[in-house]
Amino acid sequence: MKILVSVKRVIDYNVKVRVKADNTAVDLTNVKMSMNPFCEIAVEEAVRLKEKGVASEVVVVSVGSKSCQETLRTALALGADRAIQVETEDGLDSLSVAKLLAKVAKEEAADLVIMGKQAIDSDNNQTGQMVAALLDYPQATFASEVVIENGEAQVTREVDGGLQTLAITLPAVVTTDLRLNEPRFASLPNIMKAKKKPLDVKTPADLGVEVGSNVSLVSVTPPPQRAGGIKVGSVAELVDKLKNEAKVVS
Amino acid sequence: MSVLIIAEHDNKSLKPATLNTVAAASQIDADVHVLVVGFECQTVVEQAAQVAGVNKVLVADNVVYEHQLAENVSKLIVEIAGGYGHILAPATTTGKNTMPRVAALLDVAQLSDVIKVEAPDTFVRPIYAGNAIATVKTTDKVKILTVRATGFDPVAATGGNAEREVLSQVIENKGSRFVKEQLAESDRPELTAASVIVSGGRGMGNGDNFKLLEGVADKLGAAIGASRAAVDAGFVPNDLQVGQTGKTVAPDLYIAVGISGAIQHLAGMKDSKVIVAINKDEEAPIFQVADYGLVADLFDAVPELEKSL
Repeated sequence: MKILVSVKRVIDYNVKVRVKADNTAVDLTNVKMSMNPFCEIAVEEAVRLKEKGVASEVVVVSVGSKSCQETLRTALALGADRAIQVETEDGLDSLSVAKLLAKVAKEEAADLVIMGKQAIDSDNNQTGQMVAALLDYPQATFASEVVIENGEAQVTREVDGGLQTLAITLPAVVTTDLRLNEPRFASLPNIMKAKKKPLDVKTPADLGVEVGSNVSLVSVTPPPQRAGGIKVGSVAELVDKLKNEAKVVS
Repeated sequence: MSVLIIAEHDNKSLKPATLNTVAAASQIDADVHVLVVGFECQTVVEQAAQVAGVNKVLVADNVVYEHQLAENVSKLIVEIAGGYGHILAPATTTGKNTMPRVAALLDVAQLSDVIKVEAPDTFVRPIYAGNAIATVKTTDKVKILTVRATGFDPVAATGGNAEREVLSQVIENKGSRFVKEQLAESDRPELTAASVIVSGGRGMGNGDNFKLLEGVADKLGAAIGASRAAVDAGFVPNDLQVGQTGKTVAPDLYIAVGISGAIQHLAGMKDSKVIVAINKDEEAPIFQVADYGLVADLFDAVPELEKSL
């Protein structure tokens, strides 16, 4: 079984996000970039399936400028076998990315596509579902457990009211939620080995996909700031304020 | 052009997030239709028809739609999409699961988690966990949106009298099968609909200590929430998580107990009307967004709070 995992290079989880002064975008100059945390979980899950003998090959793909090769090397160091970069400008819209990934999944004849449920920059939570729709594959989003058996995946999903388990026939798309696994750290020898693993570069034209979107960004602004509050000295004072000042407790 | 809303429900009752979504739709166009897709969901249809501002309720009631799986529901929506300029769903796990498939099949974009309608083609949505607010404009022929409930005040659940139309399309679901569901059973209000929330963080120390919060929650009729740190540490299940990767809430009162206030958590609760923070670390960032901060050991303060309510 072959698994395709997509990874996205995003602003590091711990970096304080700042909006550019001209309100056109978030400032990414000299900011630490890392693999999107949900994509890390996706890579980890695929590598574990390979280690269990369920998967035979793990291919990672990233869509973006040359800098995303760094993210692909990280995935290779975590245990993926080979990588594909689809060379585009950064910040492509979800549907274009989904079209490119769907083509790669088809060309690679991947039995399972594992993706993060959302990227922590655009917070869209849509690309995995779009890939599944374009390929007419079943999907299991927000996965917290994946078991592969008899040509299908039993996936436990984190839904609003609790957990839901679906059985989906392969090929299929799974998107990861936080509790699916705890990603490992790449060891130094594996980082060195990753440098020698194959990394192919393709263009949208190679894949026969036209990219572009009808959505334009008008502005990016900082969120409204909350006015600072006060410190209270005791529980009694707190309850008094909630009852008589804020009037949220009767 | 008319706006279509996909109703959020569990075959038994219409969920409140639908009312917020109707509010968003009404700002786009006055002709609002609601699609109820499910199985044996007649009570939901009755409720949807009464929602203020809804002109028509479309019903697809068939066993193939029982669990509202994305694969066939998205195809059903695409079949009826023709007459609509906008298709909206609440940004719940069901809406998030289905709507991107609709968008991809229609070859248009989806705008996720919309918090404000600027114009029928211009919308506002948070990005980077709410650390930046993007205004986007779309020229797509059909605009697909998921709506963040906390961005819109709900319309009235009654007062309307919509006409009904039964849809006959039965689209089988290939490749995806419902196995089971473990829904958290609780007498408490649903997290995203609660007017008061008491949340615990890593400072709670362990899962058992969350019982301390239950006393306060009982007195206030509150839902219980948690930070990602508490979920990651295994104290409580993920469906309690408030934050960028969990639920977004905006209750009248949010009490954060033993929560430091990581940006990922603030993203999920900073639109609450009144925020209370109880934490023994006076440097904790949660105090910067709290209206009322109490620097205290939660194991003393929480029982005392319960007694004084």
